[in-house]
Formats: sequence, structure tokens, C-alpha cells
Amino acid sequence: MDIFGKVRKIICEHLDVNEDSVTLKTTFEDLDADSLDVVEMVMALEEEFDLEISDEEVEKIKSVGDIVNYIEEHTS
Amino acid sequence: MKQETVGITGTGHALPKRVLSNRDLEKMIDTSDRWIRERTGIIERRIISEGESTLTLAVKASQQALQKAGLLPEELDMIIVASVTPEQALPSTACLVQAKLNAKNASAFDLTAGCTGFIYALTIAKQFIANSSLHKILVIGVDILSYLVDWEDRKTCVLFGDGAGAVVMEKVNNSRGIIATRLYSEGSKADLLYIPGGGTVLPITKENLDKKLNFIKMNGPEVFKFAVKVMVESTQEVLKMDGKTAADLSYLIPHQANIRIIDTARKRLGMEKEKVLTNIEKYGNMSSASIPVLLDEAVEKGLFRQGDLLGMVAFGAGFTWGACLMEWSL
Repeated sequence: MDIFGKVRKIICEHLDVNEDSVTLKTTFEDLDADSLDVVEMVMALEEEFDLEISDEEVEKIKSVGDIVNYIEEHTS
Repeated sequence: MKQETVGITGTGHALPKRVLSNRDLEKMIDTSDRWIRERTGIIERRIISEGESTLTLAVKASQQALQKAGLLPEELDMIIVASVTPEQALPSTACLVQAKLNAKNASAFDLTAGCTGFIYALTIAKQFIANSSLHKILVIGVDILSYLVDWEDRKTCVLFGDGAGAVVMEKVNNSRGIIATRLYSEGSKADLLYIPGGGTVLPITKENLDKKLNFIKMNGPEVFKFAVKVMVESTQEVLKMDGKTAADLSYLIPHQANIRIIDTARKRLGMEKEKVLTNIEKYGNMSSASIPVLLDEAVEKGLFRQGDLLGMVAFGAGFTWGACLMEWSL
């Protein structure tokens, strides 16, 4: 599974949404996710990809694409 | 010098009569039962009313713990109260408890370590019994957080409740008792969970009260993330000190701040749901009281067997956090 596929799976598990409704352009506002949801997703992503996303970085993350880009840049 | 084995020989708890449900909160602020349940796991909490206070709950919980331990109040050598909501500014709640119980041979003091207070107090009590001439210590976790929350702030007021729990600690010879404890603090994160007023810098004046400076302020997401991390790490640390892993635990008794913190930490520890005790749905976050109340409820249900390996772990304002590993003595 590619990074987007893994990210989408985690998002769908946490927010209880359908995979079809998650694209790179989808924002967390679109998905009705609040700050606690985002934190939980970030924690799950950190575990899945074995990296740490700082609180400042988390604040910049608005869309699914932002997360995928961040992970691509920080994993080899 | 051979250290004495120290364990818990009696437990007790007391809760306010008044139940405040999510439905009740819906009538007070812009929130919903569903939102609170999904976000926190809380369905209702207890709030003090006329005739109830930090002291009345602490005394009631203590009397139960003494009775279960089969001790008279005058046999106590020390009383430690962990609380952020004392009965009054001076003297300590512990001295007031001492007077009510007539525990005339005990020294008595309060300590403050946020929601980790009970683990701090238990650790100190253990040290006194293991390393000094004190034999019997009463440890109380009591908090009346309904007094410190802004009832117009829907982000925090739904989270907390009032309560008290107590344990008697003594030397034991039928189990290993308290095996390991670890305490931690990180004061640089003080501003993520705090009450600015009520101390010397912003004293209780009408102006400061009008600005709501005497109420809890919290950065929820950052607290959440840090809580999960340190609760997992400190639990693993006390287990490691005894060459154990989470799989060896009979039960974990975590501080009850948010069911999602507990669930996330539980999954990371690889534990089954049945082994991680909760009562947050009934009482919300009772700060220092959460763990001892949970402990006494489990004792009353007959959940523990002598020799069961129990973990206790808490996290709170400071930040403070800590964990304890023990073999059950009763």
C-alpha cells in the first residue's frame, strides 16, 4: 500500500468516514474533524510511519495532502 | 538494611450525592450527550451540594479504609492528603481530617501534584514505612474540581467531577506489596494545564474573579498527546524495574481523564480492555481521587486476588506523572 493508501485507511478508521470521501485535497474541516481527532490521527500516523510530528507541524496540517507530503519528506 | 514490604491493607471511597448527567449539562451550556460521550467517555459525574465538602468526603473515605484495615484512628502514624482543592486555605486538609478522625498520634500534611497526587502520596507513604519507624499511614486522594471549573466553558466543565478515595498502608507479609514506583515532573509545561489565579501573584480579588482567573485552563490536544506518551512510558518503566511487561499485569488502574487517552494508552501497551479498569463514565475526572476510588470499587466487587500484579498510573497538571507496580495484599 502506498503512503496515501495507508494515510487514508487510518483517517477512515479514526473519523468513521468512507474511503471514497477522502482525497488528497480533502481538508479535515471537510471531514468534520476537530483538534482532538487530528491529534489522535497524528498519533496513529506517527506509530504507523515511525516518525514524530511536532506540535507546530501539526498546526500547519490542514488537508490529507499536507499529511502525505509531510510523511514523504520525513521517511526514506 | 533490609527494606520492609509495604502494601495496601484497607481501601475506601466517598462520592457526593448529587448526580450531574450530560443531559443536565445540555440544559446549562451548548453541548450534547453524544458529543461528551464520544469525546470523553463520560455519561455523568458527581458534584457536591449542601453539607458536602473536601473534608466530609475525605473523612468518609478514610473511615471505610480504616474499618477494612481493622485499625483504630489512634493507631495511624501519618496522614497524607493529595489534593488541589483543600477544605480551606489554612491549615492543611490533612490536619482537619486528623481532628475529625481523632487520629491523635498521626503527623498530617497535604501535597499537591495535580491528578498525579495519589501516586505521589502513596510513594511517600511507602518510603516512610519502608525506611523509618512509622508503621501505619493513611493516604487520601480528594478533589472537588466542580469548584475550579468555569461552568460556562464547555470544553472543560464537562470533564470533571468530585470525589474522595483513601487507602491504609502498612507492612505486609503475605505479598510483595508495593514493588516499584516512579515519579516525574516537567514544570516547563505548566502553562498547558493550570489555574492562573488564587495564589500570591493573582490573588483572590473581585477583579481577578471577574476575569475567571480562578478556573482551570487547558490545552486539550497537547495534554492528550503528552498524557498518552508518558502514561505508557511510566507504566513500562515500573514494569521493567521488576523485569516484567504489560502482559504480566493482572489489572491496570489508570487515572481517569478521558476514555480516549485510556484506550490509546491501553492499545500501545497491548492490553485487553477487561484488564484496564475504568469508572470515568460514572464520575468524570476526579483528579487525585480517580485512582483510589477505582481501586476501592474493584475491591468491593472482589476483583483482585492476593498476589495479583497491579499497575497504577496517573498524569496531571505540572506536568506531573507517575506509576506504581504492586502485588495485591488482601
